[in-house]
Amino acid sequence: MDIYKEIILDRYKNPKNFGVLKDCTVAYTVDNPLCGDRVTIYLKISDNKVVSAKFEGSGCIISMASSDILLDEIKGKDLSEILSYNKDKVLKLLGIELGVNRLKCALLPLEAIGKAIAKL
Amino acid sequence: MTDFRSDFPIYKKHPNLVYLDSTATTLKPYVVVESLKRYYTDYSANVFRGIYKISEKATLEYESAREKVAGFISAKRSEEIIFTRNTTESLNLIAYALGRKVVSAGDEVVVSILEHHSNFVPWQMLSFEAGADFKVVETDKTGKLPENWSEIITNKTKIVALTLVSNVIGVLNSVQNIIKQIRAINPKTIVVVDAAQAMLSSLIDVGKLDCDFLAFSGHKTFGPTGIGVLYGRYDLLKEAYPFMFGGEMIRSVEIEKSQFQDPPFKFEAGTPAIAEAIALGSAIDYINSISVAKISDYVSELSKYCFSCLKQEFGDDIEVLGPQSADERKGIFSFKFYEFHPHDVAGILDSFNIAVRAGHHCAMPLHKYLGYTATVRASFQIYNNKHDVDRLIFGLKEVKKKLL
Repeated sequence: MDIYKEIILDRYKNPKNFGVLKDCTVAYTVDNPLCGDRVTIYLKISDNKVVSAKFEGSGCIISMASSDILLDEIKGKDLSEILSYNKDKVLKLLGIELGVNRLKCALLPLEAIGKAIAKL
Repeated sequence: MTDFRSDFPIYKKHPNLVYLDSTATTLKPYVVVESLKRYYTDYSANVFRGIYKISEKATLEYESAREKVAGFISAKRSEEIIFTRNTTESLNLIAYALGRKVVSAGDEVVVSILEHHSNFVPWQMLSFEAGADFKVVETDKTGKLPENWSEIITNKTKIVALTLVSNVIGVLNSVQNIIKQIRAINPKTIVVVDAAQAMLSSLIDVGKLDCDFLAFSGHKTFGPTGIGVLYGRYDLLKEAYPFMFGGEMIRSVEIEKSQFQDPPFKFEAGTPAIAEAIALGSAIDYINSISVAKISDYVSELSKYCFSCLKQEFGDDIEVLGPQSADERKGIFSFKFYEFHPHDVAGILDSFNIAVRAGHHCAMPLHKYLGYTATVRASFQIYNNKHDVDRLIFGLKEVKKKLL
């Protein structure tokens, strides 16, 4: 299976949610020192829902595309629902299969989102 | 070019595999796989204990492998060869068993910025624990070590640990010349050489090199995983503490005290990796049947071809770490390709069955020093050929098409 599908490449090249959210409620940065990937997630939360979200950082196509797609998904959702997201949910959103080594890249933004919510 | 490819069974199952990760581990020839199998099917008994034929055969083969290793690196006696799991264990063994004995507060322990983590961290930790000064020798921007070591070595230098060939830069360091200078300044300094990447690049003679210890892994020299070697000067091995306690390394045990065997057995507690040690002997037979010089020449030729193809096709869009000529390269190319993430480059190459490594190759200090987070690494061995280089170039063109 080609993990570098057009949709993934397009999200990497033209992300919709890239940038800083100045009026965010919470922000959290995670990194993977092994490959130098770093993702910062900004969330604006109201009534236990994510009302807007942005990310910035640098990394491989999988981690960047996963960040962009995941932020689309969590907007408007309840925090409790977001906290239930797991690996299978992320892979389903990406529409690809990943080996153990690349899974870490895809899950980096999920880790950041979870830790951002935990910080509240 | 001679065809060595047919000696390696993996190509039967994966005829289209372009394996360019020999620096991580080499492929295994038939003779090594058969040697492993022979032990398990013909004489799978423990060594040293059995008073019966197949145990004696196992002991004989195991010790004969030790002699082959001793001969391969021109050690004076086979008792100077200790079987370990790998280079990492060999280096940790000596840092633990002798390092702790000889290094005290105020002493100096020296490594270079080229070292991979297993020849860096054991010495770093030893220095921190002992309160010694941990000195890291820098290279120039091409990864070349300084020629003059007179300012580096002092009368406080207890240990110097250096790699013969960096697993990132892939150039043979002039370690022999450095050791000569160390000996002149402080003859008591213990010199440890990491030869993990060097065994197929240059025929090693521990006497000529004049090192006190030398470490390498079986699996990077056509041998199996799980077997490594530590060569040590006999008097120093005798002086060192045991590394682990248990079976085989004991002379006598009483409630009040225990006495230990002489080297090498003092350092080989428990049942060793018998099949793997014997198969490492078979790997050495295989290497000797070709000769290290021929292997090295073959890989150098391929390196020259690869370097010129990479530069011709991609020019400055590919940054190869190390010296900008192919002459000194020992089949290792770590590079940055445009601004693409190494994982993406390796991921796309994998979709064309091209296996390369991406990351920092267990050499974070060197990457940081040279200004990279991570790189892609392609490395070559005798089973590779010009077609593999052409496939790599094709694969990189596809990466460019997709990501640019």
